[in-house]
Amino acid sequence: MDERPLPEPRIAQEWLAAMLLIRSFEERASELYSAGEIAGFLHLATGEEATIVGSVRALRATDPLASTYRAHAHALACGSDPGRVMAELLGRADGLCGGRGGSMHIADAERGFLGGWGIVGGHLPITAGFALAADVLGRDDVALAHFGDGAAQQGMFAETLNLAALWGLPVVFLATNNTARPAQAPPERHPDAADLLDRARGMGIAGRRCDGTDVLDVHATVAEAVARARHERRPMLVEARTRRDADAITPLAERLAAAGALDPEAHAALEARARAAVDAAVAFARASPEPDPATLYDHVPPS
Amino acid sequence: MTRAITYREALGEALREELTRDPSVIVMGEDVGAFGGAFRVTEGLQEQFGRQRVRDTPISENAIVGMGVGAALAGLRPVVELMTANFALLAMDQLVNHAATARAMFGGQVRVPLVVRMPQGGGRRLGPVHSHTFDALFAHVPGLLVAAPSMPADAKGLLKSAIRGSDPVIFLEHEGLYGIRGPVADTDARDDLVAFGRAIVRRPGTDVTIVGISRMALIAWRAGEQLARDHDIAAEVIDPRTLRPLDLETIVASVRRTRRLVVVEEGWPRGGFGATLAALVTERTFGTLAAPVCRVTGADVPLPYAATLERAAVPDEAAVVRAVRQVLSDL
Repeated sequence: MDERPLPEPRIAQEWLAAMLLIRSFEERASELYSAGEIAGFLHLATGEEATIVGSVRALRATDPLASTYRAHAHALACGSDPGRVMAELLGRADGLCGGRGGSMHIADAERGFLGGWGIVGGHLPITAGFALAADVLGRDDVALAHFGDGAAQQGMFAETLNLAALWGLPVVFLATNNTARPAQAPPERHPDAADLLDRARGMGIAGRRCDGTDVLDVHATVAEAVARARHERRPMLVEARTRRDADAITPLAERLAAAGALDPEAHAALEARARAAVDAAVAFARASPEPDPATLYDHVPPS
Repeated sequence: MTRAITYREALGEALREELTRDPSVIVMGEDVGAFGGAFRVTEGLQEQFGRQRVRDTPISENAIVGMGVGAALAGLRPVVELMTANFALLAMDQLVNHAATARAMFGGQVRVPLVVRMPQGGGRRLGPVHSHTFDALFAHVPGLLVAAPSMPADAKGLLKSAIRGSDPVIFLEHEGLYGIRGPVADTDARDDLVAFGRAIVRRPGTDVTIVGISRMALIAWRAGEQLARDHDIAAEVIDPRTLRPLDLETIVASVRRTRRLVVVEEGWPRGGFGATLAALVTERTFGTLAAPVCRVTGADVPLPYAATLERAAVPDEAAVVRAVRQVLSDL
């Protein structure tokens, strides 16, 4: 945290606010899930706030982004209305996806967040496809794919990186490597020395590692990768090392305080604002109607 | 005015015309560029439109289709060529879990204007994993459109419609159809688009309805000619042209008149498209049918290499003629 320069206070405070919103949202989603108001699977971004906010803030508004089934925080970081994200989790008509996708399939196309995909690694070639479109259409957009180290075991990971390198596609592959293996995961399930950078290098893709719990390190590293992808028209890999139990938020607050840019009242106000936004989101979601079964065939071509 | 061209040439014309018309159309697949396509469908396209828009890929079907999905979501109209339907199995995750679902799953926020072309079918001694017929497999999936043209004009018109459409299309061609000739409109005529969901009556008749799918539409038509010539049976032969959407009304209207239906498909019988058609038609015509729906299908085996065995496993005109005569003898 201390090695990277602090951005100007207004910007750093916005990043802090964005991370606080995610933390507050995910905590509340967890409660609603335990209470049965959210069904299906729920994948929380707790501990990954810095990776998500730091990387999304390194993008332009027109750079498309895709993530795995762990998708709420990406939508929030892109500026989606928390009420519409929460409504989607509750399966209501006012959800971003009309209640059709749920937690794993959040998307906000207007804001460049193109999902939210349920199959591990399935969105990797799709994200490379965004970059292909930019190239053919003469835009200098860069596509960003978030995924976890587990997805790097899928064939699609190797196929996609190979193709992206062959075609020089402007896509940044951001792997969140949660290095703390659960105690019950046997070694034959997960390579011990899983060095993603080595794998990427073997396929002709340059990479960088960063501290996924340090939003400044994430931002600087992803910004550099995005700039190289954009100007050199080549794929890049960034590995963000995190831990599930990490506090990815307090370090930024402490640095802001040390720089005299965040007093305790301001900090408390930011936290209160995040909680209020989530309260409002839950109220909005609960007030939204369930989708009418008469709309079951909407968005499906005829048979 | 019309010209006679081959099915292969018709597809090539469709691609050329759409690549010319719309800069967001691209073509990608194995050997489509420098080689001109494993079946020569894309011959000349890379020379004319360049390597940005006509791209050779490595052997990575799932990634190729996935990139097509992403490119379609981001503003292109990709036409992906899979060398054969057999290799589509390697891309089923992208086709079923991604291409087919994105529009509905995201609540209509996005469309996936992706076309995935592939030849299917057997009869060339290529053995069981190079001869699959997947009408039923793809037609099973909501969210996909499925075309299976049997004639050059339909190949051209449906491919153009598919490229201009907004939903993912599985475009089923057939190795045994690439060389057949048929009339297409003159190039300076209006765009000859063929709409999805419109079957065509190839041969009007009164005694029995025969529906043939993909190359079996041609076999069905030939059987119809033979039935008229040799057995004085007037078969009405229908080519559905697309399986999703399916023009069930045309088929039902025909069966209401003829009271007998024979479906001809190259795929396997259990869960085949004929089984689906039998159910759909019987639901609508049960009281008027003079015989159960009869299906002439590929044999329920992995397709063998030996000539005698393969011949026994793939329907031909004689098999269709036998089936029709059988159906007409049920009183």
